[in-house]
Amino acid sequence: MAQVTLRKVVKKYDEVLAVRGIDLDISDKEFIVLVGPSGCGKSTTLRMIAGLEEISGGDIAIGGHVVNDVPPKDRDIAMVFQNYALYPHMNVYENMSFGLKLKKTPKDVIDQRVKQAAQILDITELLDRKPKQLSGGQRQRVAMGRAIVRDPKVFLFDEPLSNLDAKLRVQMRTEIKKVHQKVRTTTVYVTHDQVEAMTLADRVVVMNGGLIEQVGSPNDLYHSPATKFVAGFIGSPAMNFITCQLEQAAGALRVRLNDTLSFPVPADRTARYTPHVGQPNLMLGLRPEHIMETRPHTEPNQHDFDMLIDVVEPMGMETLVYFTVNGREICGRVNPNAGAAAAQSMKLRADLSNMHLIDDSTGKVL
Amino acid sequence: MANAAIATGEPTRPKYGSMSRDRTWALRWSYFFLVLFAIFFLMPPIYMLITSLKTSAEISAATNPWWISNPTLQNYIDLLSQNHFLVFFRNSAIVSICVVIMTMLISVVAAFALARMKFWGSATLATGVFLTYLIPETLLFIPLFKMFAWVNEVLGIQLMNHWWTMIILYPTLTVPFATWIMIGYFASIPKELDEAALIDGATWMQTLTKIFIPVALPGIIAATIFTFTVAWAQFLYPLAFTTSTSELVLPVGIITTLIKGDVFNWGQIMTGALLGAAPPLIIYAFLMDYYIAGLTAGATKG
Repeated sequence: MAQVTLRKVVKKYDEVLAVRGIDLDISDKEFIVLVGPSGCGKSTTLRMIAGLEEISGGDIAIGGHVVNDVPPKDRDIAMVFQNYALYPHMNVYENMSFGLKLKKTPKDVIDQRVKQAAQILDITELLDRKPKQLSGGQRQRVAMGRAIVRDPKVFLFDEPLSNLDAKLRVQMRTEIKKVHQKVRTTTVYVTHDQVEAMTLADRVVVMNGGLIEQVGSPNDLYHSPATKFVAGFIGSPAMNFITCQLEQAAGALRVRLNDTLSFPVPADRTARYTPHVGQPNLMLGLRPEHIMETRPHTEPNQHDFDMLIDVVEPMGMETLVYFTVNGREICGRVNPNAGAAAAQSMKLRADLSNMHLIDDSTGKVL
Repeated sequence: MANAAIATGEPTRPKYGSMSRDRTWALRWSYFFLVLFAIFFLMPPIYMLITSLKTSAEISAATNPWWISNPTLQNYIDLLSQNHFLVFFRNSAIVSICVVIMTMLISVVAAFALARMKFWGSATLATGVFLTYLIPETLLFIPLFKMFAWVNEVLGIQLMNHWWTMIILYPTLTVPFATWIMIGYFASIPKELDEAALIDGATWMQTLTKIFIPVALPGIIAATIFTFTVAWAQFLYPLAFTTSTSELVLPVGIITTLIKGDVFNWGQIMTGALLGAAPPLIIYAFLMDYYIAGLTAGATKG
């Protein structure tokens, strides 16, 4: 059993608070991804779990034991670094067996474990090569192999795919997921790439400014973000935010964007949003896929609007259109055959059943 | 229409010089200066070689100094059959080897601590180490005389006029520089490498011996060559602190025994200097590739 528990963990560098007291429970065999912009404290958190950074306050427990003062080697963890950190003078076999050798593991056990890990990662034929003879993807595999052979309680990954090219990154992402499904070790994975976070994680921890913004499954974060930051960080292209006002008219609610644009709020949200009628600093959050073209032969409805398109970006399976509302650039996703063209007007439809109402003064999703 | 017009038109060819011609000229100039440089620096050793193959009579005769009329190996035979010269050579060899060992033992460990084990004052100490290298040795030998006298008074150990005293003295010159080279070299090793070793369960000492020393081998070899050269060629300290013929090291020995009053035995002096220059030359030749790799380490990635 290897749960990892963080209680009020603080990291202070001189006067700068890098991590401002975070609480996190990671259950056994779980794949947790810490994600956030650079400087949000995610790597620092990982390094504190690893024992490479001392913690300035709070407690970190691995497998039920507080490890605040336990050196890295006694925490029973393995870490994969962004730049792989392979020992350049040792071949792949020696790299993978180094940790076990230091622990004075019997030779035959080492041999068996290295070969088994090599098989899982498909690097058996590379065992006697030096790191400089390997490609980026192969080095990353070896770095993972070095972690696997030690059979640790927890795997820690520090942006392991950032040094790879786009295609290889996608491939290795799948690889990491496969390996986790095979070895089922508790994993903490740090990345700044929200796509990586969404695809890999059982649960995603979104961090910002040294604090946890939200913890949840990828779908939770995508569909029910708790804050404006999470709403804007998860999803690509990012969620659109448009200043708006909430109006009550004839028992129904409407979001008014400006003098010409207003949409009815879905009935199931009326009760939730009614207290905020007339509140200042409100924002409508709407994902690009919820702004699409009006289909021909459908009834015109109150969610349709005409808009002058500024920029069109064909993506193949879809086309992104950009237009301006209230001085902000808004992105919509339309069918490639919808005939979108720059500097032309287009009939669009907003799907408000997936809308988010945000209080911009607190950054909370209402 | 506009597209068609562009497609059919010939691209214009503005006049530039030829790229390969520019390169040829750059190469010619570099060869010119390199040859000049080589002549300038090779002239003294060649002159030494020529003179060492002449008899004393021929050296003092007013003939072309760059030409040998009657080549002879007599200088070599005389010098190598003299017991003195072999004693100087032995003293120099023992001193240099001991100094290299001592220096590397101290500076590798010191550099590792200063470059990697961040502790209070480590940056200041690292600067301090380098600053000690900047103090000229000429300023140091008078205080050293006083210290030797004090050691003799308090501990009863006579440090004056012993060749082995040099083993204690030379590291004061070599350790700071070797440490400084090694700090730079260790600092160029990615931090994740020792963190990986730390997580793998290595102690600091194991990280040093199993990871850092093998990875930094070119740097260590560069520092070793430097240390050996300094120890082998050191002149001022042995001149100041040793007097008996049996206690002299090579550079001082050649000067003091082959110059008698105002009689300069040029043939043997040149022979001794040439033979004395041989060991560093041989070591350089073998380790040249490592030396260059060491001095340019970290300049570029991979």
